[in-house]
This record gives sequence, C-alpha cells and structure tokens, in this order.
Amino acid sequence: MSKIRGFFVFLYDFVIGDDWRMTVAVIAGLALTALGVSRGIMLWGIVPVFVVLGLGWSLVRVVRRDRASA
Amino acid sequence: MNAGAWALVLSSFLASAVETVEAFTIVLAVGLTRGWRSTVLAVAAALTALAVLVIAVGPSLTAIPLNVLRLAVGGLLLVFGLQWLRKAILRASGYKALHDEVAIFAREAAEARAEPPADPRAFDHYAFSLAFKGVFLEGLEVVFIVLTFGAIHGSIPLAALGAAAAVVAVLVVGFIVRAPLSRVPENTLKFTVGVLLTSFGIFWGVEGAGASWPGNDAALPVIIVTTAVLSVGTASVMRQRKALVQVVAS
Repeated sequence: MSKIRGFFVFLYDFVIGDDWRMTVAVIAGLALTALGVSRGIMLWGIVPVFVVLGLGWSLVRVVRRDRASA
Repeated sequence: MNAGAWALVLSSFLASAVETVEAFTIVLAVGLTRGWRSTVLAVAAALTALAVLVIAVGPSLTAIPLNVLRLAVGGLLLVFGLQWLRKAILRASGYKALHDEVAIFAREAAEARAEPPADPRAFDHYAFSLAFKGVFLEGLEVVFIVLTFGAIHGSIPLAALGAAAAVVAVLVVGFIVRAPLSRVPENTLKFTVGVLLTSFGIFWGVEGAGASWPGNDAALPVIIVTTAVLSVGTASVMRQRKALVQVVAS
C-alpha cells in the first residue's frame, strides 16, 4: 500500500510540482479555449492570460510568505 | 533543418544538459565514496530503463491524432514548464537558494560515507540504489521532454539526438575535470528551458484546443520572446522587492 501511495506522491510531484494552482489555471484556460471554439469563438488569448495569472498568483504567495517571515 | 527542428534539438539539448549535470553530481559522489563497480552498473541499468521507456512509449504517441496530442502534450508541457519557470524565477530573484552542485556533492558524499561500507568484491546495494535513482529520476524529465517534443514534430529520434549530445558533452567535460560541474550556468539554463517549455506548451495547447494563432507558426517566436521578457522582468522586480524587504527588516 505504501508503495502505491509513494508512486502517486511521486507522480503528483513530477507532474504538478510545488503549486497545484498553476495546473488549475492551465486546465481552466485550455477548457475555456475549447469551449469558445465549440461555439465559434477564437479565444487564443485565454491560455496566455491564465498562465500569467496562475504563475503570478503562485509567485505572489511566495513573496507574501517571505515578507511575513521576515 | 528548419526553425522548428532547431528549436526541438535545442530544447532537448538544454534540458538534458541540466539534468545530466545534476545526475553527474550524484554519480560522482556515490562513485568516489562507495566505489565505481556498483555505481557504473546502476548508471547502465538506469540508462537502459530510460531507453526502453522511449522505445516502448514513443511509437504509440505518434499514432495519436495530432490535435489530441497537441492538447495533451501542450497542457502537460505547460504544467511542467511552469514548474521550471517558477523555480527559475524564485532562484533568480533570491527567494529560493541557487542550485549549488558543490554543496549537493558534499551532502551526497557525506550521506554515502555515513552508510556501512560494503565488501569491495561484493555488490553494493546502497551505491546501486542511490546512483540508479539519481540517473533514472533526472533522466525521466528528459525522456518526457524528448517524447513530447519529438512526437509533436514527428521526430523522436531528432529530439533524442539533442538529448544524447548533451549527455555526451557533460560526460566528456565531467571526465576532464573530475569534479562537480559547478561552473555550468545551471540556473540560467533552467530559466531558458522553463521559458521554452512554457512557450511551446502555450502554442500547442491552444492549437490542440482547436483555436488558431494570428499568423499561425509566426506566433511562436512572439510567444517565446514575450514569455522571456515577462519572466526576466518579474524576476527583476521580485529581486528589488526582496532587497527592499531585507533593508527594512535590518
């Protein structure tokens, strides 16, 4: 059981890494783009915007944590 | 070779160089402290396992329809690339310690020395396990990049060539200096790889989701430059902010 758990922990760490929020931003951006395309709207700008927001959010959290511990 | 093929080889080469330097440090620490016999066996076993993975998974990836592949690979590359980019920005701005191969070598060597010594004629399980894990886990990231980039370009061998060239280059330099490769600008390389993976992920992910970029393929260089400028700018702002907080705190 612990080996299976270990494998999933490794997989999570390998694919998703330190902050799951960035993964959520990527999935949301791609899903909205696909949804737009299915309704005839070319939303090519959604993913870049979500990437900036996801990465930015993650970095701001680190900065805030660092400031709180200073 | 066209621009796409060069980008494919360059991305594989840079990512592979970074991971090989990290694996080399672990192997060197284990080999020098525990002996080379089991260490070399572990490296050979790990490289064989990685090659089998590429040969087994590679052909099945190229059989997937291109749009599905672009969406899945674009999404995965994006998630993966953002991890690299986040760490690179945090390191460049001082929020995370820089990767120090000399310090890692010292730590790994100390841990290896702390274990009971093995009989020089017998198989050293500790050395094998440590060296295998080091090479296999660092190599797994390279395999991921080689498979995804190669599959989308329809040329896994070209991506593998870029990765193999980096392994050879690092090993030749490593053999000459016989010390941790601390002068390789690892953090700059990681920053570059993070920018490339993120940019390719954005480009392929959006195309895989069914949307078209204005200017089609011409959009890719624009995405790469924009990602690089935004990332360097963010790291610079964060570095200044960190310095300001330190001044205020002192």
